[in-house]
Amino acid sequence: MFKKIMVPVDLAHTELLKPSLDLAADIAKLYQADTCYISVTANTPSALAKTPEEYAQKLEAFAKEQGQLHGQEVSSKVITSPDPVADMDDAILQAIDDTDADLVIMTTHLPRRLDIVMPSNGSKVASHTDVSVFLVRHSD
Amino acid sequence: MEKNSPNANSDKDAPVSDGVPAPEGPANLIDTDYVIGQDNVTTRKFGLDVDLHGKVFTISSLLILFFVFITLALQDEVEPVFNAIFSFLTGNLSWFFLLAANIFVILAVALIFTPMGKVRIGGAHATPDFSYLGWFAMLFAAGMGIGLMFYGVSEPLTHFGTALGGTSMENGVRTDWAPLGAAAGDQDAAMSLAMAATIFHWGLHPWGIYAVVALALALFSFNKGLPLTMRSIFYPVLGERIWGWPGHVIDILAVFATLFGLATSLGLGASQASAGLAYLFDIPNNDVTMVLLIVGISAVALISVLVGVDKGVQRLSQLNMVLAFLLLAFVIAVGPTLAIATGFFKNLGSYLADLPALSMPFGREDANFSQGWTAFYWAWWISWSPFVGMFIARVSRGRTVREFLIAVLLVPSLVSVLWMTAFGGTAIDQVITDNFQGVKDAALELQLFVMLGQLPLTQITSFVGIVLVMVFFITSSDSGSLVIDSITAGGKVDAPKPQRMFWAIIEGVIAIALLLGGGLTALQTAVITTGLPFTLVLLVACYAIVKGLLSEPRS
Repeated sequence: MFKKIMVPVDLAHTELLKPSLDLAADIAKLYQADTCYISVTANTPSALAKTPEEYAQKLEAFAKEQGQLHGQEVSSKVITSPDPVADMDDAILQAIDDTDADLVIMTTHLPRRLDIVMPSNGSKVASHTDVSVFLVRHSD
Repeated sequence: MEKNSPNANSDKDAPVSDGVPAPEGPANLIDTDYVIGQDNVTTRKFGLDVDLHGKVFTISSLLILFFVFITLALQDEVEPVFNAIFSFLTGNLSWFFLLAANIFVILAVALIFTPMGKVRIGGAHATPDFSYLGWFAMLFAAGMGIGLMFYGVSEPLTHFGTALGGTSMENGVRTDWAPLGAAAGDQDAAMSLAMAATIFHWGLHPWGIYAVVALALALFSFNKGLPLTMRSIFYPVLGERIWGWPGHVIDILAVFATLFGLATSLGLGASQASAGLAYLFDIPNNDVTMVLLIVGISAVALISVLVGVDKGVQRLSQLNMVLAFLLLAFVIAVGPTLAIATGFFKNLGSYLADLPALSMPFGREDANFSQGWTAFYWAWWISWSPFVGMFIARVSRGRTVREFLIAVLLVPSLVSVLWMTAFGGTAIDQVITDNFQGVKDAALELQLFVMLGQLPLTQITSFVGIVLVMVFFITSSDSGSLVIDSITAGGKVDAPKPQRMFWAIIEGVIAIALLLGGGLTALQTAVITTGLPFTLVLLVACYAIVKGLLSEPRS
């Protein structure tokens, strides 16, 4: 049913991502789908990586680790941006096209009032793409 | 992106753990144990995520509150204090400002021609995030935009008047405000001296100041891997100590200068814009109009920070560049076209000819001019430099140092020459040729509109002028909020959105409070005094740039 799953991840918050990562692994196994882990990161140094290249290496390593869980093909892609918080939605939408994904599995927070001004990335992505989007709630 | 990482293919079989090596080759990273954001407080309050540098955020917020409070409560007491400090600085330390600014310009120009110009910001393989046009529009809007609107007409005219008036002496001290030796009674000489002096204040020196801060920040962040905050410049001097109090103080000072610089110019700008609206459209020039202007500008700035650098600041800056270009082209076309065309080269020539004398830090006879004008401007530009420099740094990744310096130093300086020639030249021409004194006699904030009033299509051009003023304010406000947000977040540019909204709102609130309660000029004076400590910061930045560039691979 699905051939390629795209999983947007933020390596700074991998503990919050656990449910969506597990789900992505299960679905990948079920449909024998490839998974692509993508990250949108700042081009400035961050806590995790001093350069976007270093972040790309960490994401690649992370993707391989995930691949061992479900045994399917994995790939990874880093999108850098001068203003990642603001460019997140557009960058993810662009990545859907670039990776030819047919399913996006991503973590999102519980609905809250602030969403009226600042919609969550998940709902923004879901309402702007043709492919299926599976939003996994995390309550913090 | 994967192609850019040299180790991406080589360590396919390496054990996957936290020990992924940093990339080698394209950039020379500084080896520090400091983790960006390690001093940050991350929490969730009232459903809002927060990610802030505890000390920098708390102390700068308290300091800002304190200054707003004492300025409002003790207005008559603080204003003379700020003024006294400031006249002491420009009076006694003008040589220091002039000398330092010369060093910045010489370094920036020299770097263009050295092999170090080949170093690429962000490492050898970095690619630019913005197109040339978008990038340049942002540089220019952040750097001076608004000032050109207000001083483009008035400054050349003022210097023309004082130069023409000649020198006057009292007890062996010059009492006139003319630049250099003045040009008593000689209209042509007075005009070229006036243009040279104006261009001097808006040319290589301000942009040299911005270039030094921006280049140092860009280098130590994108190439050396340090966080994008002011303190990182000090790494070559203070080493690991920048993560402690010396670093906190530098960052807090930068937040202070940026926030109050923006808030006071937003407040003063609103009163100027309101005067313009009253002159043009008979809109009442009162507190209500001004407060509505600030609220409107802040609201648009708020939307702009929410949609980010790419879709917010960049698009507004491009809009501004188009409008400014149209206005400039219009003035050139319907004004004294030939005089402006020849004036451009003539003024450029007299600027370069007078440059050594105008920038001489010692033994100046024109003390009023060199202290009251030049030292004031230098302190002003330097106090703005953390904000403008940091913003320029953030959008300049992927450019080579040479490209960067040409775009930040030479091109804007030439644009300033053209702008001043067109606007100032037209106004002076109106005085000389038509004997029209209206512009000279008008209030500073109205001079642009009175000048445009002598040209055709006044209603349209004046409207474009007002829109330009407002959009320039919006771009300053939103880029400033982004800068303050990343400094108070310990150099993170991806802190939660509500934080940048907070700063955009606070800026407007402080502007309104000071506008209604008084004290805008007093606090602006306080901001300009931060020019002194920042001059020291910039001198360190010069050392850091050379040291940093020498250890970088050249592409």
